[in-house]
Amino acid sequence: MSWLRQPATETQITHGGRLWLYILAGLVLLFLMLPSIIVIPMSFSESQYLEFPPREWSLRWYRNYFNSTAWMQATETSFKAAILTMIVATLFGTMAAYGLHAARLGFAGLILGILLAPIIVPVILVGIGVFYVYVKIKLVNSITGLVLAHSMLAIPIVTMVVSSALKSFDMNQERVARSLGASRLRAFFFVTLPQIRFSVISGAVLAFLTSFDEVIVSLFVSGGSNSTLTRNMFNALRDQIDPTIAAMSTLVVILTSILLAISQFLGKNDSRSD
Amino acid sequence: MARDAALPIAVRQLTKSYGTLRVLDAVDLDVQRGEFLTLLGPSGSGKTTLLMMLAGFVRPDCGSIRFGEREVIRLAPHKRDVGMVFQNYALFPHMDVAANIAFPLKLRGIGKAETKQRVEQALELVKLGGYGARRIYQLSGGQRQRIALARAIVFEPRILLMDEPLSALDKQLREHMQIELRQLHERLGMTTVYVTHDQREALTMSDRIAVIDLGRIRQIDTPKAIYERPANRFVAEFIGESTFITVDVDAVGCSFNGVPLTLASQPSRKGSHQLMIRPERLTILEHAATAGINVLPATVTAAIYQGDSVLVQASLSDGKIVSVRASASARVPLVREEIYLGLKAADTYLLPVEERAA
Amino acid sequence: MSHEAGLNAKGLRRDALAERLILFSLSGPAVLLVTMTMLVPVGWLFWLSFLDDAGGFSLEHYQRMLVQPSYGRAFRITFEISFITTAICILLGYPLAYALSQLPRRVANICMIAVMLPFWTSLLVRTYAWLVLLQRQGLINTWGIKLGLWDSPLALVHNLNGTLIGMIHIMLPFMVLPVYATMRSIDRDYLKAAANLGASPTLAFWLVFLPLSLPGLVAGALMVFILCLGFYVTPAVLGGGKITMVANRIATDIELFFNWGAASSLGVVLFILTGIILYAASRLVRLDRFLSGGGA
Repeated sequence: MSWLRQPATETQITHGGRLWLYILAGLVLLFLMLPSIIVIPMSFSESQYLEFPPREWSLRWYRNYFNSTAWMQATETSFKAAILTMIVATLFGTMAAYGLHAARLGFAGLILGILLAPIIVPVILVGIGVFYVYVKIKLVNSITGLVLAHSMLAIPIVTMVVSSALKSFDMNQERVARSLGASRLRAFFFVTLPQIRFSVISGAVLAFLTSFDEVIVSLFVSGGSNSTLTRNMFNALRDQIDPTIAAMSTLVVILTSILLAISQFLGKNDSRSD
Repeated sequence: MARDAALPIAVRQLTKSYGTLRVLDAVDLDVQRGEFLTLLGPSGSGKTTLLMMLAGFVRPDCGSIRFGEREVIRLAPHKRDVGMVFQNYALFPHMDVAANIAFPLKLRGIGKAETKQRVEQALELVKLGGYGARRIYQLSGGQRQRIALARAIVFEPRILLMDEPLSALDKQLREHMQIELRQLHERLGMTTVYVTHDQREALTMSDRIAVIDLGRIRQIDTPKAIYERPANRFVAEFIGESTFITVDVDAVGCSFNGVPLTLASQPSRKGSHQLMIRPERLTILEHAATAGINVLPATVTAAIYQGDSVLVQASLSDGKIVSVRASASARVPLVREEIYLGLKAADTYLLPVEERAA
Repeated sequence: MSHEAGLNAKGLRRDALAERLILFSLSGPAVLLVTMTMLVPVGWLFWLSFLDDAGGFSLEHYQRMLVQPSYGRAFRITFEISFITTAICILLGYPLAYALSQLPRRVANICMIAVMLPFWTSLLVRTYAWLVLLQRQGLINTWGIKLGLWDSPLALVHNLNGTLIGMIHIMLPFMVLPVYATMRSIDRDYLKAAANLGASPTLAFWLVFLPLSLPGLVAGALMVFILCLGFYVTPAVLGGGKITMVANRIATDIELFFNWGAASSLGVVLFILTGIILYAASRLVRLDRFLSGGGA
């Protein structure tokens, strides 16, 4: 335990002197991790009553999930919407980020403001607003409507991620490429994109997750056969506590972890120009 | 490449302003085919802007740029067919050396076999043969600079532009590369426009130097002419060390504070003139009365032994301080000692009278 | 020389404009999408909030808000929850961020996974997990009774407690991330200088480290507070219907009463409140930097 007497920082406070800090931090970390982890063992519990630790183990709730047409349809809708959102938001967001970066327009700030607005406006307002308009133009309960709304929510994130990658990218490389005979388009594809591709992928993953996990707008805008997983889960949560949700939650946690791992791993590998 | 394949550059009335700041002021410039021209000036002078305009990255407000017969001022950078080397090399880190150099050839649709051959040739030219498979991060600064150069010349452009390519290298390497670049230029013969703020570099490498300040060319001439006969005060002070003394020219001759001087040539205009003194042209005389040389009395203010020579600073009769280098083996003068500086008539130079106002 | 016909001047101007337009149009699709799916709908809502049932201009929806006590209650509880959540997030998040910032980068990055994972795990999943954890026969109560901490199951869910616990859990990463980032960027030399000048570790922290970490803290607190104001899911699920924050009220007004006027006016007020807070904070943070001498 001599470690406790070692100085921790430049101010020479010892580890022992701030043991309380470490314990508190550890507890908070535990608090943060607990819910995400708890759903996993729960989903394998045989019992109807959400007990922990489970007395009996079974795959019953997973079977329940995969056998249910309603849940499967909702899952399919969510995936469809998420993938389409990923494509649209990444494409539009990357274009916008590049356009704003390369053009140095006077009102670039205004455009950036518009693109980042979805983050600032309260989601509930966006939700009911979109619902209202969609009712009028008959886009409610459609995948198209869902994708448009989700893309709007995801574009700010993609734009920010790609913008920040472009800021640390040496635009001289594009200029060199152009001096060597590449048009702006070819210079972007041969030189710039390969070097920011990990950030673009990161943005794509975040766009996917934004759509897949989105609750409020989906509540209003999706429905019927095009109801999202989140909408169905939310309604189920309010009505009764079905352990099938634990199985779905586990799958979602696993999916999220994998996607996050991919984007984190790739993000670190973004090549920096020397 | 034969020298006559190189293109001359004709710049007319090139102007650029950012708001009220005039960066380039109706610049006219002619670069001969195959010439090595250096744009020399302090930072903010507009030299890099001018180069960027030649490359097509900065759009002037008005003006004309011709490469040979072709007007290129409205042409996009990738259509101008010029080679360019940037200050930070801007090599593509996601490609290896060979891919970097092959890039312009690939863009021009040149076949694999020929590309491979030309890449290797370019590497040989910059003395890095066989380095094709290396990654960029494995190269030293000097090597990167050479790869950047190889990439810029592999497609045989008829014009080469360089923006302070050596400024990131340390002194020794820089001086070595200056000579190498010059030799490369002699060999390839393409018209080269080179930007630098280092006057020594300009003097070493150029056929002609264009001294730029505040968006205007102050003088274009050979290095020797620029150094020995600067057209105005700015050029004189920017290149080499100099001290100016005010001399009086009348019908009889020339005098400095009463001391008669013999000039190299008699100026047409009478009255007061600025005489430029280059320190290396001064000598410390043994005797006050020496024939055949101008004698300037001075009082020593500092004498510093520097190993290979002694740096002597002295104040002239009008109070101006000049530096002189004396041989280390000669007697080191003492401070406050009266000495006599000699300046040959042939080494005197009067500044031309200033033509314009700010 | 001014803008009269210089050589090629007109053509060059046209080229410059064309280039800018092309680059600007790259952001066109995104701007169009966001404008159509957000600006237009929200704008429409603003307009709706000023219409009465007959379609004429009226302030009745806003007046109702002032008169009917249920609206006042909704705002009150929203602010209460937001303040409490923000405060607790500061109390828990700041020490965590501090501890993490003192760790060597590798270890800290691993620990950050513990912060990032919940951040990106579905909101619903986490809310559901809390629902299970906090219920009468849930994990917390079971272990609490087993360890003898309390005798009968505590009512931890379907009430304010559950809502708060859930919100704190959701909001904590939003607090930790900016504070951590700011702390990481604090130059260690400042602390060395403080120690060298005679400050005890505690004093060095309060007088040097804390002020330098303030921008991150303000950013985090601001984000948390604003997010809490508009929050919907957690109070809906963990509040058991008893907790009606503004967002919940808006949803009910639509789902149950089809009262677009009421819902939109509430939304407008929420939006304006958010805007005011953001604006005030942006002045504050700038002032903050100004006062601390131009930032770390």
